[in-house]
Amino acid sequence: MSNSPSVPRLQLSGISKRYPGCLANDRIDLSIAPGEIHALLGENGAGKSTLMKIIYGVTQPDSGEIRWHGEALKMRDPAMARSLGVGMVFQHFSLFETLTVAENIALAMGAAAGTPKQLEPKIREVSQRYGMALEPGRLMHSLSIGERQRVEIVRCLMQDIKLLILDEPTSVLTPQEADELFVTLRRLAAEGCSILFISHKLGEVRALCQSATVLRGGKVSGHCVPAECSDLQLARLMVGDAEGLESSYPKVSGGLPRLRVDDLSWHNADPFGCHLSQIRLEVRSGEIVGIAGVAGNGQDELLALLSGETRLPRSERERISLDTQPIADLYPDARRKLGLAFVPAERLGHGAVPDMSLSDNALLTAFQHGLLSKGLIQRGKVRALADQIIQRFAVKTPDADAPARSLSGGNLQKFILGREILQNPKLLVAAHPTWGVDVGAAASIHRALIALRDAGAAILVISEDLDELFQISDRIGALCSGKLSPLAATAETEAVEVGRWMAGEFAPIPTTTSAPAATAAGLS
Amino acid sequence: MLLSLEPRGQQSRAMLWLSPLLAAVLTLCSGALLFALLGHAPLETLHTLLIAPLADWYGVSELLVKALPILLCALGLAVAYQARIWNIGAEGQLLLGALAGSAMAIQIIDWDSRWALVWVVLAGVAAGAAWGGLTAWLRTQFNANEILTSIMLNYIALNLLLFFVHGPLKDPVGFNFPESAMFGDASRLPLVSEDGRLHAGLYLALLALVAVWVLLHKSFLGFQIKVLGLDRRAAGFVGFREKRLVWFALLVSGGLAGLAGVGEVAGPIGQLVPQVSPGYGYAAITVAFLGRLNPLGILFASLLMALLYLGGENAQMTMNLPQAITQLFQGMMLFFLLACDVLILYRPRLKLKWAQRKTKATAEALA
Repeated sequence: MSNSPSVPRLQLSGISKRYPGCLANDRIDLSIAPGEIHALLGENGAGKSTLMKIIYGVTQPDSGEIRWHGEALKMRDPAMARSLGVGMVFQHFSLFETLTVAENIALAMGAAAGTPKQLEPKIREVSQRYGMALEPGRLMHSLSIGERQRVEIVRCLMQDIKLLILDEPTSVLTPQEADELFVTLRRLAAEGCSILFISHKLGEVRALCQSATVLRGGKVSGHCVPAECSDLQLARLMVGDAEGLESSYPKVSGGLPRLRVDDLSWHNADPFGCHLSQIRLEVRSGEIVGIAGVAGNGQDELLALLSGETRLPRSERERISLDTQPIADLYPDARRKLGLAFVPAERLGHGAVPDMSLSDNALLTAFQHGLLSKGLIQRGKVRALADQIIQRFAVKTPDADAPARSLSGGNLQKFILGREILQNPKLLVAAHPTWGVDVGAAASIHRALIALRDAGAAILVISEDLDELFQISDRIGALCSGKLSPLAATAETEAVEVGRWMAGEFAPIPTTTSAPAATAAGLS
Repeated sequence: MLLSLEPRGQQSRAMLWLSPLLAAVLTLCSGALLFALLGHAPLETLHTLLIAPLADWYGVSELLVKALPILLCALGLAVAYQARIWNIGAEGQLLLGALAGSAMAIQIIDWDSRWALVWVVLAGVAAGAAWGGLTAWLRTQFNANEILTSIMLNYIALNLLLFFVHGPLKDPVGFNFPESAMFGDASRLPLVSEDGRLHAGLYLALLALVAVWVLLHKSFLGFQIKVLGLDRRAAGFVGFREKRLVWFALLVSGGLAGLAGVGEVAGPIGQLVPQVSPGYGYAAITVAFLGRLNPLGILFASLLMALLYLGGENAQMTMNLPQAITQLFQGMMLFFLLACDVLILYRPRLKLKWAQRKTKATAEALA
């Protein structure tokens, strides 16, 4: 930190990287001063990840120059980046569940750094200095997601760090945890460490970052000072066309209960999985219920129980009912016959078969809607349905023969949602409907959900994006360690309160039925 | 590295068709080279191997006789492989079909009615299906890997067959040869024409061809099988029953292999002998992939494979080449096909110094 402030710590000029079929980075310039917190903003697919990998030495640019403290160099590999003092916290952690904090850190730092025991004092010291409570002896699987992220950050801070890159760090945190993280980051920056903060959440960027570089379609679309820009201005830089981004929808109160989840408990056979306990939930016709929560708090388990991928024994079938009909023991196709539609979290490989055409993917869930005759596929009708989905929901694709894999995330999500909506469901369960989707597509997905709600369907949305839930849902709750908070009308609650629920601060709901908690292992 | 592969980003339609041709050309070239090294005239040997066998109608009918069991086994395998169920057990399923068909034929050796043939064929199909079902049961019940179980069941089937042909089914008046008695005429598959050995199994195979084509390309059941093969989670998400589909695919697979087996003993052979199959069930694996798991492709691939068998015998008789030549050719063909298939998703690129310089120069010129 002896360099004069006029020399940027990291300077990229004219960085380009081409992958087959796309120019991921197109002549990108970026400069970060010592002690600066710099935001890298952009939609999914804007080229943020590629740029990050180039800085960290994971991939090599086709052309352009990297200067470190004013000196041009070639970032050969991550080891070289680390030796220069570049640290990186990925969105998906690379930690071993069965090892302790110290062991994980020792593993990542290599044998030269010392044994886990030798590292412990340093780990304590670093975590205290930056206000990140961490006990080196704890096993990884006993830590919350927020704590695991701390392990990743502390690991970077163990060495002499000069540039810390964080990839969407708050996507796994509650609002409160995010605030704590920001305190740490500010303290780091005050000591002279540069921080590259990658995000698409405008509020955070404004609160934390002094400057920002915005990427769109692989190019820099603008540099700005976030504090001086409005959300709309930033969004325009990110998407270009900001139409329909700021819509708010009227809140409604719904009609008769459609989906009832009654005291649902489920014992997860996976030792690192989440158990569900006494989930009680009601979704009425004509309303959207949103469930917030940090990933890994039982969302996947609840979704599988709702979709029918996990089934309860027949004796427990009353735990979930659709229009008073018990369905907890039914297979997904039987539930769909009763009017359930489902949008899973993963588009490719779960909601759609990557290597199949859009036509075939339309058939995948809509086969009970007159597309079959005597066991044979009515190709003409399937094709017509696929074309209808593509047209009604403005899916950008050459035609219905294109494989699902070839569509962008947003387009495929529009297709999947359209496929479910055209089946006129009584109940739609959607998981992370706009996760990784560009802002334009997200807005049209929200409009489609609201239209379905207004047509009288009951909709349950499970999402990690709190802003989204506040925008579209009529009632909201949160999942934490397999327990569901009470649901409140969205209009009468605030993000802070839901944030507390996400952290598990809610009174357990009193049991009304005297039946013991069902701890049935799911039948397969 | 001089040659590098880079992903195309999507399948190349041209390579989808060109890859088998390229594989065939490479196989021929390597074969020619091999013969030259062995001291035979390469072209003449290839002629003996691939063209001479088809000189007359007898040759063509023999080709069809050889192609039928391969075609039947490969059709069944295609159904299983579409579901990514790696049934390697067609050979065992074929042998068991032959064994059970023979046992039935010996039981009813005196019958004159045409129903005798129906019973024999049904016994063969059922036994093959049951042998496939055993693999399905191990897989669905104990999660046992079907590749291992089906291979092991091949050896069990072979030893069962040997036991029966040396023991209970041996012809009591057959001078102690390990052979069963000749079947009654009523339980033999009738000949299609007076010349040659081509038998009514041809019609059964064509029927199976159409049925598998309809199953895989027109029916919803086939769609479910393909979804299961491509994306197990998506199949679970819409409620396709994985276990049922595994059972179905292996039963069909085994049943068709059983049909192939019983077709051999009730067709050209006419009795149970130890060497029912020269490895048809294994050849069918190559054929299924060579035909891209598509019934029509499999039809052509099985004819090609049959030609290799015929040619191998021919080369053995006229040129004194070892029998291993046939297997060698099969192996090379599968190897080259799989190698060429890489080109469907990847394009090769020469990384030469001057080429790099050239790209750099053009880039600079553009900038």
